[in-house]
Amino acid sequence: MTVSKETLDEIALSRSEYEAIVERLGREPEPLELGLFGALWSEHCGYKHTKALLRTLPSSSKRLLVAPGAENAGVIDLGDGLAVAFKIESHNHPSAIEPFEGAATGVGGIIRDIFAMGARPIALLNSLRFGQPDNARTRYLLNGVIGGISSYGNCIGIPDVGGEIFFSDAYKGNPLVNAMCIGLIEDGKMASASAKEPGDLLLLVGADTGRDGIHGASGLASRSFEDQAEMRSAVQVGNPFLEKVLIEACLEALDLPGVVGLQDCGAAGITSAAIEMAERSGMGLKLLIDEVPRREEGMTPYEVMLSESQERMLLAVTPGKEGPVLDLFEKWDLDATIIGEFELGENVRIFDNGVELTSTPVIILTDAPEYKFISVKPEWLTVLQNADLSAVPVPSESPASVLLKMLAAPNIASRFPIFRQYDYHVQTNTVVEPGGDAAVLRLKGSKRGIALSTDCNGRICYLDPEVGTAIAVAEACRNLSVTGAVPVALTDGLNFGNPETPDVQFQLNESIAGMSRAAEAFGIPIVSGNASMYNQSAGKDIYPTPIIGSLGLLEDVEKHSTAGFKSKGDVIVLLGTDSVWDDIDGLAGSEYLDFIHRKVEGQPKLDLELEIRTQAACREAIASGLVASAHDVSDGGVAIAIAESAVIGGIGATITEGPGDRWDAAMFGESQSRILLSVSQENLKKLEAVTGFSNVPMTVIGTVGGDSLSFGDSISVPLAEADNAWKNGFSLATSD
Amino acid sequence: MKFGIVVFPGTWSEKDTHYAVNGVLGQDAEYIWHGDGQLDQYDAIVLPGGFSYGDFLRCGAIARFSPVMEAVREFANRGGPVLGICNGFQVLCESGLLPGVLMRNDHLEFRCIWTDLKVENASTMFTSAAADGQTLHIPMSHGEGNYQADEATIEQLEGNGQVVFRYADAAGNVTSEINPNGSINNIAGIVNDRGNVMGMMPHPEKASEKLIGGDDGNIIFNSMIENIVSSFA
Repeated sequence: MTVSKETLDEIALSRSEYEAIVERLGREPEPLELGLFGALWSEHCGYKHTKALLRTLPSSSKRLLVAPGAENAGVIDLGDGLAVAFKIESHNHPSAIEPFEGAATGVGGIIRDIFAMGARPIALLNSLRFGQPDNARTRYLLNGVIGGISSYGNCIGIPDVGGEIFFSDAYKGNPLVNAMCIGLIEDGKMASASAKEPGDLLLLVGADTGRDGIHGASGLASRSFEDQAEMRSAVQVGNPFLEKVLIEACLEALDLPGVVGLQDCGAAGITSAAIEMAERSGMGLKLLIDEVPRREEGMTPYEVMLSESQERMLLAVTPGKEGPVLDLFEKWDLDATIIGEFELGENVRIFDNGVELTSTPVIILTDAPEYKFISVKPEWLTVLQNADLSAVPVPSESPASVLLKMLAAPNIASRFPIFRQYDYHVQTNTVVEPGGDAAVLRLKGSKRGIALSTDCNGRICYLDPEVGTAIAVAEACRNLSVTGAVPVALTDGLNFGNPETPDVQFQLNESIAGMSRAAEAFGIPIVSGNASMYNQSAGKDIYPTPIIGSLGLLEDVEKHSTAGFKSKGDVIVLLGTDSVWDDIDGLAGSEYLDFIHRKVEGQPKLDLELEIRTQAACREAIASGLVASAHDVSDGGVAIAIAESAVIGGIGATITEGPGDRWDAAMFGESQSRILLSVSQENLKKLEAVTGFSNVPMTVIGTVGGDSLSFGDSISVPLAEADNAWKNGFSLATSD
Repeated sequence: MKFGIVVFPGTWSEKDTHYAVNGVLGQDAEYIWHGDGQLDQYDAIVLPGGFSYGDFLRCGAIARFSPVMEAVREFANRGGPVLGICNGFQVLCESGLLPGVLMRNDHLEFRCIWTDLKVENASTMFTSAAADGQTLHIPMSHGEGNYQADEATIEQLEGNGQVVFRYADAAGNVTSEINPNGSINNIAGIVNDRGNVMGMMPHPEKASEKLIGGDDGNIIFNSMIENIVSSFA
């Protein structure tokens, strides 16, 4: 065995993986070939630790037009001749090193995945995790990431309509930057990332190829690394202007005869993009590496193949039809170069100035090994789950002052200081702006609309990855249901620690099981996904963070609901529970327990049957026009939900019953499946009929009105103070 | 009437503008590619928002050299109505069709918010459907909308009724607290002295229907339509 450990480390292949390559090829790989294996067998491209688990996720739906994994993104039929492609992608490690460009190119990458489907991108969401903001490095990362998303997204004309930001020291040094993109496909215009016939030409369009991002997929995203700064050259640099032009040119090109395939050039560059196209087409591929336009001289074939230069796409074009295609790209001032052709056979053959450098079977390159693992619940987790929550002391401060503190908490305060840095109006479809439970977009030319959300509480997934992930699915769907939208599909962004350790293997196993269980109960498919492993900081794994992106459909977009209270005298109702206030079990994994007591413990719970019935009743009430406002009860519990609905609506609320001795658990407990509604007096009876018919518990808890928030006789907070805490909390917590 | 909507590489508001004037208001509208130089068939030209040529160097600084801008200049010199929105306003300033410059927002951040614009001059061809002092609820979305010019220019703009819109609160109070970007005198939109070229930072095409938050932007397009149609009657 001639290959050195250093060489294998550089491409993040293990010795046993190298031996598998030798065995399957029947020979030692060439150096260039080894680079291809390093990229394609990386965790990022090859899904070594997640492939077997991902196959267990539900993926059937009568709305499903493109199955998960078959193309760059899953596609869902919305009716009226419209379909949407959507997907989440992570750019965690690049963002940890170079937050601005890391986040910007993450946005660029997911947008390319979507328009590669022939879809016009219509919305972006971002799901972000950082360490606690009382740390200068965290604030640097936060500002860099927000700046990168803002800079790239605003320049490109795609509205950024929502997402989440969550702070916990579990993500210190290893922020999570997940971007979700949704694209609209008009009737029959869906594109495929494959060639049609042998002889089809392979065109590279867009940016020149440089030395940036080499080993991004294999090095950065696919192993644990301590000295991140040294990997800075593995982060790419984005050019949103070029990408904007590329979107327009590629979508126009799909209308030309002979353009049969479109593929994003993302992680692992031409290697991954071209070889995946060949695999999908069931053909061989001849690549002329010397034809690739370069940014700098002296680049080796290895560097050209593995460069992750941004804003590049591959097209498959019928020979003889390339003329008008090349002309179109010239109109847009974009380079377009023929760099190869598909051919009969099963090998990818790479040529440099007429010399064949390698000829390798596509199927061996793309068939990364699969690792299965035993799932054993760690001892420490049982201890955390069994913690006695009644031993948590009731704060000595007044309930009113704790409420104000909670409203200003970095994880609860209004995200408007961030959202206002993103353009959320462009394309003029935004019906519900960021800051609500889910964004709502209208679909021009149709009565219908869509709702979009992302959700995942890593703290709860840490305490129980199975139940926690089921809760993430439930909440991502609840966010849709409170706007009136029916959940129709999900996408996932798996963010986990080092999958070579037993704890993370347990978390992965359990998390996927919980996702499956919940998605099946809701009867909706998971249409696409992304896996980011090796997220660690100072040797500690992050919280398991399976981010769920959800897509909902509104039959009539005019009939949507929003979170803010509307009118004095409206009745406030809690759906999904018989009592106003939560009990001690609701403290498990809650924001209150973490923020006030610095404790993360307890056993999270979810009654999926109740959850689904409650959401359905909420949607029915909204569709019947009974509801004035609807808001998900989540982080911070029912007291925070009431305060948010009041502040957003600019009107106070009176809750009849006080929260009792254990007021902290009552007000801030986070038991699931609860929805806060306000309805007019005359609609209350009709709402009772809806919930009674579907066997959903509901409780009338108070009335809308006044300029304060009062809970029983003894707790009252002026609305102006609540407004100030909630609106300014984020800026106060995150400024230097 | 027929609107011509200029498209530079990097423009992204052209479809929204087309939707507002054609889809909502029922007027003819066509896109004009930045390499074209023929504008005779249009009654009005819109330079929409976006990031023309990536806003490399400086917002609008490269767009001014494109062939279509020579044609826009001739069109404006003949008295044709030209509306520049956001990046279009920046291009008009860079081209010298409007005075002044749009600098980086004073707080250095991109800002996407709904604004209330006080109509300071309702006698222009872009605002005649509004009343003096009325406020229009229209969103803005920019990082570089901080309008500045030398003292003499500001004096002339103010004295001559060329300041068309100012950032205000919903009641029409023009205050420094409400100023979203540091613009001098809260200026959000101006016209040239002939009154046929207007630039504004907020996006009227993004306020075209109640469903998406409001339709006050139509007041500006309707003003143009009424004035242009009546000038041909």
